[in-house]
Amino acid sequence: MDLLPILHTLKRHKTAAGLIVVQIALTCAIVCNALFLVSQRVEAINAPTGMPDNELLVLGVTGLARGENPVPQTQADLAALRAIPGVKSVVNINQMPFGDDSDNSGVRLDPDENTKPQFGAATYYAGEGWLETLGLHLVEGRDFVPSEYVEGSQAFEQENPDIPAVIVNRAAAEKLFPGESALGKQIYVFGTKPHRIVGVVETLIHPYPSFNSQDDNQRYTVLAPARPSWRGGAYMLRVDPARRETVLKAAAKALDEGSVGVKRIVRRQKLFADMRSDYYRADRTMVWLLCAVCAAMLVVTAFGIVGLASFWVEQRTRMIGTRRALGATRGQILRYFQTENFLLSGIGIALGCGAAWVLSLVLMQQYELPRLPAYYLPAGAAILWALGQIAVWAPARRASLISPVEALRG
Amino acid sequence: MLAYYLELGFRSFRRARALTLLTLLSIAMGVAACMTTLTVYHVLAADPIPGKSARLFNVQLDAEPKIDYTPGGEPALQLTRFDATHLLADARGVHQLMMTGSNAALDPAGSGSDLRPFLVRSRFTSADFFTMFETPWLHGSAWTAADDAAKARVAVIGRELAEKLFGAKNPVGQSLRLRDRDYRIVGVLDDWRPAPQFFDLTAGAYGRAAEVYLPFETAMEAKLGSSGNMTCWAGSSDPRAVEAKCAWLQYWVELDTPEQQRAYRDYLVHYSEDQGRAGRFERPANPRLRKVMDWLAFRKVVPGDVQLQLWLAMGFLLVCLTNAVGLLLAKCLRRSGEIGVRRALGAPKRAIFMQFLVEAGSLGLAGGVLGLLLTLGGLWIVRHGASEYAALASLDLPMLATTLGLALAASLLAGLLPAWRACQVTPALQLKTQ
Repeated sequence: MDLLPILHTLKRHKTAAGLIVVQIALTCAIVCNALFLVSQRVEAINAPTGMPDNELLVLGVTGLARGENPVPQTQADLAALRAIPGVKSVVNINQMPFGDDSDNSGVRLDPDENTKPQFGAATYYAGEGWLETLGLHLVEGRDFVPSEYVEGSQAFEQENPDIPAVIVNRAAAEKLFPGESALGKQIYVFGTKPHRIVGVVETLIHPYPSFNSQDDNQRYTVLAPARPSWRGGAYMLRVDPARRETVLKAAAKALDEGSVGVKRIVRRQKLFADMRSDYYRADRTMVWLLCAVCAAMLVVTAFGIVGLASFWVEQRTRMIGTRRALGATRGQILRYFQTENFLLSGIGIALGCGAAWVLSLVLMQQYELPRLPAYYLPAGAAILWALGQIAVWAPARRASLISPVEALRG
Repeated sequence: MLAYYLELGFRSFRRARALTLLTLLSIAMGVAACMTTLTVYHVLAADPIPGKSARLFNVQLDAEPKIDYTPGGEPALQLTRFDATHLLADARGVHQLMMTGSNAALDPAGSGSDLRPFLVRSRFTSADFFTMFETPWLHGSAWTAADDAAKARVAVIGRELAEKLFGAKNPVGQSLRLRDRDYRIVGVLDDWRPAPQFFDLTAGAYGRAAEVYLPFETAMEAKLGSSGNMTCWAGSSDPRAVEAKCAWLQYWVELDTPEQQRAYRDYLVHYSEDQGRAGRFERPANPRLRKVMDWLAFRKVVPGDVQLQLWLAMGFLLVCLTNAVGLLLAKCLRRSGEIGVRRALGAPKRAIFMQFLVEAGSLGLAGGVLGLLLTLGGLWIVRHGASEYAALASLDLPMLATTLGLALAASLLAGLLPAWRACQVTPALQLKTQ
């Protein structure tokens, strides 16, 4: 390919060529980083909860008076909810992923409360049926046996509640006892009495999961067999997904009508899938926004290339005519402009990749983002090279169609 | 002269329509993206209480235990009930308050309404709240410090709730039932939405203001609880008890002069040392006193995403501008012949330079107007989004002027290089090639 004449011509159009190079470099740097941000968000949005998201409903109740013993009302609620057709199982739980609350405690290996905890963990308390309702899988050990369950409303009145058994998630088990089984080990979370680990679940995510967070405390969770009362938690229902909307209405009605002696408000009635979707709404907005800006930037750059290339073709009509008259084929003219664009894009991409790397370092510092993976650079390069070739096609073709006679006469 | 330049510009537009439109669109899109995000940022980073923000201070005390201690580290963001109560009793500021927030269950039956019970955003605070934060009044007034001390069952409500419960009637003197207790309404606030809600960022920095306000001790006696963040460093059966080792209260103080501020800082150090001697504080005295804007900056109240969007938009504007420079350059050089004729007929370089700058400037103004429309469109999209701050995103007059200014500045900047290149054209060469 005849590179020398191209370089020679470009030297005479340094400014215009420089502008195109700068524009491609900027676009390359921004698009690479923006696409990486998009992939991060998408990964967060799609991170598995380990739960049957589409089968779960959440209902919470608030009372207008402080009743004496909430346990009978809680049992009545559970029975009423279980009786609704389409309900597979029900659990009363103090918090759930994507909910409004996040209850956390330090996890210690030492009973002394003045020792530094190993880490902070989200502390779930739930009644019977939690494993089945949340659809979680034990990787080790067993579920709680009936005798291990206590009434949360009574247990947590004590300074050091009696909670003999707990189940932890795999991340917590591996962090506490690396390289060995956590089963049977004792930990201290609620007060100074020990809890024995009887099981390890594969996943049990934090109420406020944060996928990209550098904060390790978001990864660990502990679940205690303490039944929250209707006042201290919410009900989660696992239902037939085809009937979930009707079951949700029926469940709210059952709780409303099942209030004995005290007025209650069903303060929350939601599909778990909707809670999840709401939780990631800002991330989804960001994904769309980043994609839109990337697309706009690529379009603008493409039109910039079209504009300048058209100008060059017009300016070099005589040169093209001369070359054609001297025997250059249409294909050679076409390739001339394509090669020129390829060269300019190449310089822009090289600069852009460097800039992308620097930008990524800045973002890492400012927003605690992970480093831009290296494969984004060739991907960005490919996109911009393709963009350049597409954009230059029309002007280059117009150049190749110039008839030598007209060009030289004009 | 200007009219002649404009006419030339218009002619060139007619000759190179596609190129001009591309430049125009390029500038307009860049400006619109930049201004949409800048407006959102401007709204979110605004001073929520201008004129007073330098005199209102958030108080932090280091009450946590010795383990996990790093010297000079940041103390807990909120106060324990014990400390807040004591600072409030000492009353060393011009005004001061302790507070927390919650969602309280409201029973409209207590106000003679037949609505079903619902939850209301509530704030449990001190009498000074309304003076310190300059709340607008519709009816009545705040409760008094005596009401605070007596745990009086009084309440201030917001306009929206007042209209919901009482319609057009003045609710002052009426009764409000939260859970199963009745409170006498003493005042009604007009619409009020400080953004960011600087005094309690744990309740959502850009959320709507509370609808019910109660004296703090009254609410605690009624066990109305609290929401937001709570940090505990020792187990307790009642984390909201006075002696509990839990930090969960916001504490604000008004200090009008530098002397008062100095004195208050000293007071906080002395208080911490006294608590240390009494065995309550294990760490050395390490209080913080931050005024509103410092507090907001420290808490990084503007969402990271919004900042990221702003940077992205600026990058986009840069690309658009580079594009505009390239296109303007092509347009200029295409007219080398015309420039040659003008120069040969005696036009000085300066005149050529001005001609192209005027052309770029008018293009910029047109781009600005188009950009303004696109910005309004962009903000409309933000307002109809689901973000907490959606309702706040609107263009004020200064931002509107900034949009046009930015477009003009951007296009003039973009026009500089092409105009300079245009006035370098040598007349003889151009005329010869014609």
